[in-house]
Amino acid sequence: MKLTTFLTSAAVALGLATGVAADGHEKTKVGFVYVGPIGDGGWTYEHNKGRLMVEEQLGDAVETVYVENVAEGPDSERVMTQMALDGADLIFTTSFGYMDATINIAKKFPDVKFEHATGYKRADNVSTYSARFYEGRAIQGHIAGKMTKSNIVGYIASYPIPEVIRGINAAYIHAAKVNPDVEFKIIWAYTWFDPAKEADAARALIEQGADVVLQHTDSTAPQAAAQEAGDVVTFGQASDMAQYAPFPRVSSIIDEWGPYYVARTKAVMDGTWESTDTWDGIGAGMVGIGEISDAVPADVKEEALAMKAAIADGSYHPFTGPIKKQDGSDWLAEGEVADDATLAGMNFYVEGLTGEIPQ
Amino acid sequence: MDLSAINPILLIAALMSAATPILLAATGELVVERAGVLNLGVEGMMIVGAICGFAIAVETNSPLAGFVAAAAGGAALSLLFALLTQVALANQVASGLALTLFGLGLSALLGQGYVGVKPPRMGDVNLGPLAEIPVLGPIIFSHDPILYIGILFVAGVWATLKFTRVGLVLRAVGENHDAAHALGYKVVRIRTLAIMFGGALAGMGGAYISLIRVPQWTEGMTAGVGWIALALVVFASWKPWRVLLGAYLFGGIAQLQLNLQGAGVAIPVEYLAMSPYIITIIVLVILSADKSAAPGSLGRTFHASS
Repeated sequence: MKLTTFLTSAAVALGLATGVAADGHEKTKVGFVYVGPIGDGGWTYEHNKGRLMVEEQLGDAVETVYVENVAEGPDSERVMTQMALDGADLIFTTSFGYMDATINIAKKFPDVKFEHATGYKRADNVSTYSARFYEGRAIQGHIAGKMTKSNIVGYIASYPIPEVIRGINAAYIHAAKVNPDVEFKIIWAYTWFDPAKEADAARALIEQGADVVLQHTDSTAPQAAAQEAGDVVTFGQASDMAQYAPFPRVSSIIDEWGPYYVARTKAVMDGTWESTDTWDGIGAGMVGIGEISDAVPADVKEEALAMKAAIADGSYHPFTGPIKKQDGSDWLAEGEVADDATLAGMNFYVEGLTGEIPQ
Repeated sequence: MDLSAINPILLIAALMSAATPILLAATGELVVERAGVLNLGVEGMMIVGAICGFAIAVETNSPLAGFVAAAAGGAALSLLFALLTQVALANQVASGLALTLFGLGLSALLGQGYVGVKPPRMGDVNLGPLAEIPVLGPIIFSHDPILYIGILFVAGVWATLKFTRVGLVLRAVGENHDAAHALGYKVVRIRTLAIMFGGALAGMGGAYISLIRVPQWTEGMTAGVGWIALALVVFASWKPWRVLLGAYLFGGIAQLQLNLQGAGVAIPVEYLAMSPYIITIIVLVILSADKSAAPGSLGRTFHASS
C-alpha cells in the first residue's frame, strides 16, 4: 500500500519533471536550500510546505528543486552554485548561516534572484525575508509564565544570533510580566537539528526543575523528552507539532512561508522582482499561532488570544517600554516601541535574564 | 550560578545512556577495523538501524524485537558494503561514504509513515535489591537492558580479541591479509562476518537513539553520531576498553556541559560546547602514547591472486 503510493507519486513526479511548458516557454525554476531534513517536523518541514504551495498554485509554469541537510557555511556555496548552473531563476536559502554564502554566489550569478531567510545582507539580486517570530514568543511567554509551578522555564537555544535572542527576550518579558518570580534557564545547543542533543538538553532542563520548556531548535525531540517526563509543558516550534498536542505541546508558532514563496515566484515570472526586505508577523499571516490546547486554563487562553489579536491589529507591540537592558541601562522608555533596526540586530538580554550571551 | 540544581546521580545516569549509541557503534567498527576493513558507513547503518528498530518496535509493540530488527537491518546494509568491497573489490572509503548516503536516504523512505508515532517504552532491568542501594542504585543498576548489553559487548570483544583463537585469526587477517591467506584462513569470509557484526552493532546503536534516547523517529536523527564513533575508534587506538572510556567521557562531558549551561556556570558557552570533543581527544591521545598502531592491512583491498 505504502510502496504503491510511493511508486505512483514517483512516477507522477518524473512525468512532471520532464521538459518544457506546453506554450514553449521554459518553466521558471525555483531552488530551495534546506538546513535540515524535510522530515524534521519543524523549520525545514514548513519551508518545504511553502515549496509545495508554489508547485500547487503555479502548476506547470514552475519547476522546483531542493537540497536537504545542507551544512551552513562553505558547503552551501557549492549547493547554490550547482542550482544556479542548473538554471534556477530564483533560489531561496532558508537558514541564517547561509547569509554570506548567498551574497557570494549572488555576485557570481547576477541574473539569478536570491532570497535569504532571517538574514540582513542584501544586494541587487538578493532579498531578505523573515517572520516576526518574537510576536509568537510573546504569547508563549505569557502562557509559560502562567503555567509554570516551579517558576523555572527552560529554553533550548540554537545559535546566539539576533533571531534567537529576540525570541528569548520576548518570551521572558511576557513571562515575567505575569509571573515576576519566573526564572529562565537557557541552554545553547549550537545546532539547529540534532534530535539526541535536543532531547538531552530538554532533559537537563527538566532535571534542573524546569516545568515549561521552550525550544528554538528544529526537531520534535524536546517534545518527546517532555512527554516522557510527564508534567512538562512545551510549545511547537516553526511547525504545529500537533502530534504532541494537547499535552505536552499546548500551543505553537507556525511559520507560513507559502504565500510569500508564491508571491515572489510570480514576481520573477512577470519580471517585477526587486530586492526587498520583508519582515511580516501575525498580522500579515506569516506567523501562525497553533491551537491553544485545553491543558491551558480558559482564562489564560483568553488572555493569550487577546494578545494575539492586539499584536495582529498593531495595537500592541511585544517590545513596548519601559524595558531595561540586562545591565540595568535604559532601553525603551514608558510607552516607547522598539524600532526594527534594533530588533534586527538585537545582541543583548533584557533586565532579569541571567547569564551571558555567547559572543 | 547554582550548581546545586545539578543532580549528580541523574547526571551520571544520563551520561551512561547518552554514551551507549556511540559505544555500540564504535565497538562494532573496532571489530571491523581490526579485521582490516575501513567502513565509513557507520552513520548510514546507524540510521537504518534506527528506523528498522523503530518500525518493528511499533508494529510488534516490543522494543526488544525492535533491537533485534535494528541489528538485522544494520547487518543487512553492511552486507551491501561487504559485497562491494570484498567481492567487487571496490574502494573502501568511497563505498563507505556511499553507504552512509544510501542509508540516510533509505531510512527517510522507510520512515515516512512513522513520523510522530510514539514507540513502546523499554522498561528498566529489574535488579531487585541492587537498585535500592543509595547513590549506586540509580547510577548503575537502573537502566534499560541495552545499556548493559553494550558494556557486555565491549567486554566480549576485548576477551575474544585477546584470548581466543577466533580473535587471533581476526587480528591476523587485519594485520597482514596475505600472510593470513597463505596460512589458509578465509580472509573474505572472515572480513564479511566482521563487517556484518559491525553493522549489527551500529544498527543497535541507532535504535538506541530512536527507541530510548529521544524516543521518536525523525529523518537524519543520528545527526553525526556515526562519525564520532568512527573517530573514537582511531583515538582509542583500536582497544575496546579505551572505546568505552572515550564514549563515556564524550557522553559524560556532553551531558555535563548542558547541565552546567542550565545552571548558569560562568564559563563561556563556546568553551563548554566544544569541551566534549577537546577533552575526549586529549585524554585518548595521552593514553595512546604507547604507540599502538593501526591494523597493518586497514583499508587495503584483498584479492587471493595478489
